[in-house]
Amino acid sequence: MIDIKGGEQLKLMDRANTIVRTILAELARMVDPGLTTEDLDRHADRRLKEEGARSAFKGYRLAGSPDYPAVLCVSLNEEVVHGIPSRKRVLRAGDLLSLDFGAVVDGYYGDAAVTVEVGRVSDEASHLNRTTRESLLKAVEATRAGNHISDISAAVQTHVEGRGYSIVRDFVGHGIGRKLHEEPQVPNYVATGGPDPRLEVGMVLAIEPMVAAGRADVELDRRDGWTVRTKDRSLAAHWELSVAVTGAGPWVLGGPVDGMVTT
Amino acid sequence: MPKEDAIQVEAKVLETLPNAMFRLQLDNTHKVLAHISGKMRKNFIRILPGDRVLVELSPYDLARGRIVYRFK
Repeated sequence: MIDIKGGEQLKLMDRANTIVRTILAELARMVDPGLTTEDLDRHADRRLKEEGARSAFKGYRLAGSPDYPAVLCVSLNEEVVHGIPSRKRVLRAGDLLSLDFGAVVDGYYGDAAVTVEVGRVSDEASHLNRTTRESLLKAVEATRAGNHISDISAAVQTHVEGRGYSIVRDFVGHGIGRKLHEEPQVPNYVATGGPDPRLEVGMVLAIEPMVAAGRADVELDRRDGWTVRTKDRSLAAHWELSVAVTGAGPWVLGGPVDGMVTT
Repeated sequence: MPKEDAIQVEAKVLETLPNAMFRLQLDNTHKVLAHISGKMRKNFIRILPGDRVLVELSPYDLARGRIVYRFK
């Protein structure tokens, strides 16, 4: 069953996402060569406490992996998602850094991600990053009552594959609300054979395209049990927003996004 | 989040119910309610009690499934 949220619940989710997006924006401004990924995690952790929110990620359980140890996911270059912050990991100019962050406010979750360019990056990295972000905005536009999940998937897939990039298929977006991961799954490609629910007012989806410059295959780091990398070590980018379906069109929780076509 | 695929398991048909629904017993003795996949319905594959079938379970609701194959 896909959970339907009422107005009060959406307000709480908007608050959770406002905190997430505010802190992500601060982190994006802090990013600079020489900083470690642990520095970013520390800032996020401190700010969460100031805002009176709880981390959505710390202690998260995934079958077969140790509990997630940080509040932030930092994924550099060929890392796609779920990179663990470390004081040994120093940012360098040219890095492509995905920051994925989540918060809980009064039992409701917020989840978003951005990919930040450290210093000057290659034109290829920048184009990959821009394409991934644009594909998310196209997906948001498709998040309307009466559409299906596959319309969101198609929006991402058409944009990304049309520019010669690959969609990571082993990870998907998800419903979000009282839990971090709820039904339905939101693939970034049009999946055949599976369920394809129709979008209804009150559904909230965390849409998160994960795009590789090379091939789509990914692998899990066996030592830390979390970090996901492209198998061919090609660059990856990742953007995410939590979006509510309303009678007036898509509502990007936590505030509008620059450059987004509004409803 | 990691993609969760439907789980495919083998089962035995216990009884046929109205509306192309079936009660199945999995090899681990769990009983599930299953409907028949559209492809099988189109090709009119008959399923009778005692048949062995391949059933797809949703990771969300392990008590319900979809029959995707009947073993000969």
